[in-house]
Amino acid sequence: MRSFGRFTLFLSSMFVRRESFMTYVRLVIEESIKIGFNSILLVGIVSTFIGAVTTLQTAYNLVSPFIPSYVISLVVRDMTLLELAPTVMAIVYAGKVGSNIAGELGTMRITEQIDALEVMGINAASYLVLPKIIASLITYPMLVVVSAFLSLVGGYLAGSLAGVITPTEFVYGIRYEFIPFNITFALTKAYVFAFLVAAISAYKGFYTKGGALEVGVASTSAVTNSCIAILCADFLLTKLML
Amino acid sequence: MIEVNRLSKSFDDKNILNDISAQFYQGKTNLIIGSSGTGKSVFLKNIVGLIEPDEGEVLFDGRKFTRADENVKADIRREIGMLFQGGALFDSKNVEQNIMFPLDVLTDMPKGEKLDRVNHCLERVGMAGINTKMPSEISGGMKKRVGIARAIVNDSKYLFCDEPNSGLDPQTSIRIDNLIHDITEELNITTIVVTHDMNSVMEIGDSIVFLYKGKKLWEGNNDSIFDSDCEELQDFIFANKLMRAVKKNRG
Repeated sequence: MRSFGRFTLFLSSMFVRRESFMTYVRLVIEESIKIGFNSILLVGIVSTFIGAVTTLQTAYNLVSPFIPSYVISLVVRDMTLLELAPTVMAIVYAGKVGSNIAGELGTMRITEQIDALEVMGINAASYLVLPKIIASLITYPMLVVVSAFLSLVGGYLAGSLAGVITPTEFVYGIRYEFIPFNITFALTKAYVFAFLVAAISAYKGFYTKGGALEVGVASTSAVTNSCIAILCADFLLTKLML
Repeated sequence: MIEVNRLSKSFDDKNILNDISAQFYQGKTNLIIGSSGTGKSVFLKNIVGLIEPDEGEVLFDGRKFTRADENVKADIRREIGMLFQGGALFDSKNVEQNIMFPLDVLTDMPKGEKLDRVNHCLERVGMAGINTKMPSEISGGMKKRVGIARAIVNDSKYLFCDEPNSGLDPQTSIRIDNLIHDITEELNITTIVVTHDMNSVMEIGDSIVFLYKGKKLWEGNNDSIFDSDCEELQDFIFANKLMRAVKKNRG
C-alpha cells in the first residue's frame, strides 16, 4: 500500500514544474525511436513465429473431418487479436523496454545525473519519465498492430508451406465472422499495458539506491512487476470488456 | 553569500547533522572538511536543496531557500552550478551537448550564442577542442573540468563542488583545486567545496568549516588551521605522515 502511494506521488510529480512544450516534443520523438522503432525487429520475429506455431498447433488439434479448415485461421485470428498480439507482446516489451528504462534511470540515479538535473532546477521526473510514458503510449499500440499483422502472415506462410490449410481457406477464415470490437479490445489493452510497463519500470529505476548491483536488481524488479501488472490488468480488462 | 542557520537532519532515528550554522562568502572558496561519514555531503545536499532539512534554513543572498515556494526555489536553482563527485555528465550526450544542456533547457538563447559560450567555458577550463567527445571517452580529470564548465556556463552565482578531487592523482587534484579557486575569484561567485583532502585545504581554503560527527566544531581559514585548539581537527589534519612532518618542521 505504501509503495502504491509512493508510485501515485511519483506519477503526480511529473506534472509540476514542467518544461516547454517543444522540449517534450523533442524528447518524445527521441524516446519513440528508442522504445518503439528499435523494438520492431524483435516484435516482428516473435510475432511471425508465434503466428506460425499457433497455426500448426491449431491444425494439429483440429483433426475432425467435420470441422472445415478455415476454422484454423479463424482461431489464429482471434487468439492473435485477443491475446497474443497485445498481451504476449507486452511481456516481451516489458523484458526489452522495461529493463532498458529501469537500467537507464537507475544508472542515472547512482551516477548523480538525476541530482544534476534537480540542482539545475529541472523536474527530473517530468523531464526523464513523462516523455518515456508518452512515447510508450504512442508506439506500443503501433507495435501491437504490426505484431497482429505479422502473426497472421506467419500463420499464412506456415499453413501454406506445411500444407495444413490452403491460402484461400486461410484468408477466408480470417475474414469469417470478424468482430471489429476485438480490435478495440486489443488496442485498449495495448494502451493500458504500454502505460504499466513504462510507468512501473521508470518508478523502479528512478528510486534505485546503491550501486551497479542495485541497478541490476531494479531492472529485474521492473520486468517482474510489469509482467504481474500486465497479467492482472489483462484479467480485469477481459472480465470488464468481453 | 550563503547563510545556513541552525540546520539539522536525521535519517530514521540517526542524527546526521546537528544544529549547524555557517556562512559562506562571495568571491571566496569556502571549504567544508571532515572525515568520511561525518555528514559533509549530506550538509551540501541540504544547502542545494537535494535533501530537505528537518530544521533550520538556508539563505542565498538573503533569499530564503529552505521550504520556499517552488517558483522561488527554481529561480535560485537556476543560479546554482554543481560539480558532482563523478562529474555526473549525461552519458547519452557529448561534451558540447552536456555543457550546452543548462542553456538549452533554461534559456532561449540563439544556438550561435550558446555555442560561443560553450567554447568559451571549455577554453576556460583548459579543454578546448573536445566538443564531440563522449563522456566515456575522456579521463576522470577531464570529466571534472567539463563538469565545472557545465556548472558555470549559465553564469552561475553559486558553485558547489562535492569532493572534486576524488579519484584523481595529486597533480590533477591541485590543477582542479586551482581552477575552482581561480574561477571563484574571476567570476566573484560563492563557492562551496566539500573535501577531506588536506592539499586542497592548504591550497584553496579561504574559509573553512570543520564538521565532526554532524556538528560544526571549528571554522577559520588555511592560515589559522594549524593553530586551532580543536583536538578533533588536529587529529584530522595530522592523520597522515606528511602532515606530521610539516608539523614537526613548524616546531
